[in-house]
Amino acid sequence: MRIDKDLVAASATPLVLAILVEDESYGYAILKRVRALSGGELEWTDGMLYPLLHRLRRLGYVTTEWRTPPEGRRRQYYKLTDDGRAALAEQQRQWLAVTRALNDVWPGSGGLLPTLGDA
Amino acid sequence: MTLESVESQIAEWRAYVASAPGINGHDVDELEDHLRHQIAELNGAGLTADEGFLIAVKRLGDVDGLSREFAREHSGRLWKQLLVGGDDEPARRSTGWPETVAFAVAAAAVVQVARLAAEAPDEEPTWLVRNASLFVLPFLAGYFARRRQLDPRRLILAATPFAVAALVVNLYPYGADSATETVVALHLPVALWFAVAYPYMGGTIRSHERRMDFARFTGEWLIYYVLITLGGGVLMGLTAAILEPAGADVEQIAAWVVPSGAAAGVIVAAWLVESKQRVVENMAPVLTMLFTPLFAVMLAGAAVVYAVTGLGGAFDRELLGVFDALLLVVLGLVLYGMSARDPSTSPNSMDAIQLVAVVSALVLDVMVLGAMIARIGDLGFSPNRTAALGLNLVLLVNLAVAAWLSARFLRRRSRLHRLERWQTSYLPVFALWAAAVVVGLPPLFGFG
Repeated sequence: MRIDKDLVAASATPLVLAILVEDESYGYAILKRVRALSGGELEWTDGMLYPLLHRLRRLGYVTTEWRTPPEGRRRQYYKLTDDGRAALAEQQRQWLAVTRALNDVWPGSGGLLPTLGDA
Repeated sequence: MTLESVESQIAEWRAYVASAPGINGHDVDELEDHLRHQIAELNGAGLTADEGFLIAVKRLGDVDGLSREFAREHSGRLWKQLLVGGDDEPARRSTGWPETVAFAVAAAAVVQVARLAAEAPDEEPTWLVRNASLFVLPFLAGYFARRRQLDPRRLILAATPFAVAALVVNLYPYGADSATETVVALHLPVALWFAVAYPYMGGTIRSHERRMDFARFTGEWLIYYVLITLGGGVLMGLTAAILEPAGADVEQIAAWVVPSGAAAGVIVAAWLVESKQRVVENMAPVLTMLFTPLFAVMLAGAAVVYAVTGLGGAFDRELLGVFDALLLVVLGLVLYGMSARDPSTSPNSMDAIQLVAVVSALVLDVMVLGAMIARIGDLGFSPNRTAALGLNLVLLVNLAVAAWLSARFLRRRSRLHRLERWQTSYLPVFALWAAAVVVGLPPLFGFG
């Protein structure tokens, strides 16, 4: 299954924010996590992650820091801010509303994302 | 596929990405880190280094699309890069702002010293006017000599024209109210501008491509200089308006600021062209596109009017100067339009318009020449008439061949390349003529 481009774009921000809630991270690790979470079904053009991350920084959702890990190259780490957490909570409410609505008009599908029901 | 070759591929990819607008050095670092991670992982999965590189680059996305996304997010960067390297990035070393300031300040200082040495700001002694370009253009040449890192032999060659000019201009015993002196004052800046070409081209003056670069540089420099002058004019106007009520001596301030600014502006404009080419590259062709048709209409109109009424009655010294200025502007437009043109495209309407401008200029030039020869027949040679006659002949040859070649190009009998070659081959003729006037004309007329 290939997920529609618009849907990929729309889900990118909440996905990245949610990944950063777990822990601060850097570009390549974030992308790997996205792939793992979606089972490879979310097809991102890797490079596009960075303009997105920079947008989150401009909006104040993340702070950035250049660090050099003991073994490895200098890289930029992204860390979620309180504004970022609030934005993620807002995104979650919106996605929940959307999935609920879809759930209601798609009866018999066994319930779309049943785990989200109580969130 | 060895590891080194992947390293060199990464370096190439890095340089290519870094040159895209909207992507700055930090972004490239970040993307490269990503690329290396991806390659390492793919190698771990059993792919060769080469295959890993190809797939990783493909996954990052095409550079144009990336550049667009980065530019959309950082639209300010495209502007901010004008003066600083990028946001939170230290200014790049290659921009060379400190040395620009040093040369600009030196030029301004020399101009001020000369002004104070002349000691009478109201009536400038003629040596000041005669030498004006010698106070500034050597610094421009020096600036380029430094930027291009000329070796000692070339440094000496670059300095020679300036030394010769300084000697010739100041050792000649000009009489009072000397006409040759005025002619020299007009031709020296042109001759010295071509002397700047040598360090600008890094000594490779035989290269036609570099000559075209110099033509391009001249056009863009002119645009920047006009912009700086306009800004300076606004600054001086506001300064006068604000300080005059407070009783400040505005003229005194202007005497300090205006010459310094004019001198420093020469260097700063050159720096702007050098380091900010991409901005003007978009502006200069647009201006050329805009004004070439307008000048073509004006020239064609003037050619028809003067062909009907004849030039004899209206012809005097001032009009002659206007005609020569006009012809030079046309030549500049044609030359610049050519340098900014994509040589691979086939003839289009702009080329036809350019041909109209060149042919009209040619007709005008022939009429001016006719009138001038008649005048010389009546009154004999004078310094002014000789200089003007020479200039018009030089222009005539250039325009005639340019018109012929561009007509052939329009009929697809010839390549644009021939036309470019003609113009770049002809540039030294202008330089030599200006130099000949500076060196040869005064003794010819007994420095009168």
